Amino acid sequence: MTLRLDDPSVAQGDPGPSTPLRVAPSSSRGGETTGGSTASRVELDYSGGERLTMNMGPQHPSAHGVFRAILTLEGEQVVAVDAVIGYLHRCHEKLSETLTYAQYPSIASKTDYVAAMTSEFAYVMAAEQIGKIEVPKRAQYLRVIAAELQRIASHLLWLGTWCLDMGGALGGGATIFLYCIREREMILDLFESLVGARLLYGFYQVGGTRYDIPEGWTDACRKTVDVIDSRIGEYEGLLEENPFFLVRARGVGVISRELAEDVGIAGPLLRGSGVSFDIRRSAPYSSYEDFTFDVPVEADGDCFSRYRIRMVEFRESIKIIRQALDRLPEGPISSRPGLKSVAQIRIPKGEAYARVEGPRGEVGCYLIADGSAKPYRMKWRGASFSNLSVLPHIIPGHKVADVVAIMGSVDPVFGEVDR
Amino acid sequence: MTREQATTLIGERFGVAQVEGESPLVVTLPVDQWASFARFAKETLGCRFFSFSTAVDWKEQGLEVVAKVDNLDERLSLLMKTKLGAGVTTCPSLVPIYRGANWMERECYDMFGIRFEGHPDLRRILLSEDWEGHPLLKSYAVDTPHPPYR
Amino acid sequence: MGLCVPGAHPRVEIKPPIPIIPAPIWKNIKDLQEWEQLHQKRPEGDKHSAAFESITEGIHSFPGGFVVTTLADAFFNWARKSSVWPVTFGLACCAIEMMATFASRFDVERLGMVPWASPRHSDLMVVSGTVTIKMAPMLERIYAQMPDPKWAVSMGSCANSGGPFRHGYHVVKGVDRVIPVDVYVPGCPPPPESLLNGLLLLQEQIAHFRRTGERAAPNPKVD
Repeated sequence: MTLRLDDPSVAQGDPGPSTPLRVAPSSSRGGETTGGSTASRVELDYSGGERLTMNMGPQHPSAHGVFRAILTLEGEQVVAVDAVIGYLHRCHEKLSETLTYAQYPSIASKTDYVAAMTSEFAYVMAAEQIGKIEVPKRAQYLRVIAAELQRIASHLLWLGTWCLDMGGALGGGATIFLYCIREREMILDLFESLVGARLLYGFYQVGGTRYDIPEGWTDACRKTVDVIDSRIGEYEGLLEENPFFLVRARGVGVISRELAEDVGIAGPLLRGSGVSFDIRRSAPYSSYEDFTFDVPVEADGDCFSRYRIRMVEFRESIKIIRQALDRLPEGPISSRPGLKSVAQIRIPKGEAYARVEGPRGEVGCYLIADGSAKPYRMKWRGASFSNLSVLPHIIPGHKVADVVAIMGSVDPVFGEVDR
Repeated sequence: MTREQATTLIGERFGVAQVEGESPLVVTLPVDQWASFARFAKETLGCRFFSFSTAVDWKEQGLEVVAKVDNLDERLSLLMKTKLGAGVTTCPSLVPIYRGANWMERECYDMFGIRFEGHPDLRRILLSEDWEGHPLLKSYAVDTPHPPYR
Repeated sequence: MGLCVPGAHPRVEIKPPIPIIPAPIWKNIKDLQEWEQLHQKRPEGDKHSAAFESITEGIHSFPGGFVVTTLADAFFNWARKSSVWPVTFGLACCAIEMMATFASRFDVERLGMVPWASPRHSDLMVVSGTVTIKMAPMLERIYAQMPDPKWAVSMGSCANSGGPFRHGYHVVKGVDRVIPVDVYVPGCPPPPESLLNGLLLLQEQIAHFRRTGERAAPNPKVD
């Protein structure tokens, strides 16, 4: 598809004079000629209102995945953004109608692949709500531990890639990236001993969890969490004393409270704009009401407040994990154990919307079951899809370099956006 | 604004609507009241948070559009549903009321072919502009070939 | 290989039992037939440039010249396989594992691979993630922008064959329908050790290319 300048998909603002270059018939004025016998003259005119359409294409080093932003620039300032998504549309919703409730959770991981447990959680919770399936207490605590570890791992990757984007891969940005990946590897080792996989798991099943924790896992978990706790302070010190970081993050990408609610963004973005809403607190699921933790809220709405919220969320997740490990009850890990065939779990007719507070916001699964082993319709309410739809509203007015910082602080994962 | 208060208010203004469910409160409406109910939900019930909007294909009975809005301060969730009727593929758009409906309705158009009246920029979002067919309809096969790639 | 059992006649060969695995009749399987037809093969004539050939011929024709070319060959071999620069082409979940491979625990830079954002300066494309129909033309364009000789590694089951999303309407059944692939790394996602294994196999292939001027034949041990 070739992009024409009068293509309606180009920009949401008015096009304006689009080119500074005009080829005029020859006259006696000076100026460069195109040379040769054509006797026409090229005038260069920079009156300041010219707009340039620049493509920040699906492959770019900003490490966020396949996203295309067609920016309309006036000089260095962005005037309009057209976000083109769909480069990773993997037909999750249609495929879920062909896969059973036992098969789909590991595919559900692949929506938000950085925090894979979140999506599985939403799916199995929706199925359990319709089928009124009880989840044993031990399974609930294990789910909470896994979800909070996943939140820490996801925020570590966010911090690493955001600083990598802002600093440049061969410049200073790789410092925090390598440190965060080092910590994240420790958490992934924990997951590997629990589930067997590092990145994409099938840990959650309808009725509970699939695996129980092995010997010595709680001690390893406590040690890992202690190490991460001590290092978060180091990263905060590195970044917040750095004037370049502060200039790039303060006042950039302000999302007003009204815009945040209207567009439907959630998670650290919503809390960064002053709305105190956390599903773990407002509509607790899976024993979250048993744990004491704070929900950070900042009022500024810029990239720095979102950064502060995520840094506080590290510590809150560590608190929750410690409490859950201390009070982990004994008991079965699933109310539907012993899965012998893929079509064993049948959910009666009904519908439910289950939502989970993921690292990026509200991940929801709207499930319509029809009594068989496969859902009739399943819709993913992806946190990143809603979060990304705020970009055309907040980016205009910033410079090109800020686009990268804003996108990083919005933290999209394109598996969730495109599903 | 508790669930009971909301139910009473909805019953007064929109008598035709069916209200059921706990959380979320499920309201089923006829199509012509779709936009006015959304405005009522935003202004009177205080549901300013737009969660999502999608559609379901019920085969012979036609399509159904679903939207969920929340009142974050008072923890009220509202799930609005409307059946478009057999063969009908148009529905009023919620974009003038909630800006978050923009991309969600584009996705419904892309996947189901529902044209939203009043949408400022209705074009495909996930698939390419020249794609034929609307995949999430039950009549579309999941493994439709698309030479030369599959 | 015969076993020599002490006390037995030296000419008696006692062979260990060799499992007879019948060759799979895959020509009946529709998916594999499709793969045979539709996967991209390397273009022919993918060898050294004519100028280079003439120089090597010239050096060969001197007495003792073959020593120089053998040493130079070994040197160029080592240099080319030890500085493969991949273009950062992460599409989906495998990109996270690829980033973990490039990070400090599974350090791929010790093999000389510096991830480089621009395709014009890179030799290798690691396709990590699902290729969708919307993305496929972009992938082809970026592959075309890479200068020859270039290699492609298909990482993860989505890039190998479409993976868990194979039956989706928007998913390409393997990146080898779009570009010719040299090494396939299985896994969902392949852990960094697997990707490193794949990259080391690729280095062997590159060495083979440099020595013989031909792309490597399928490795009998692995395939």
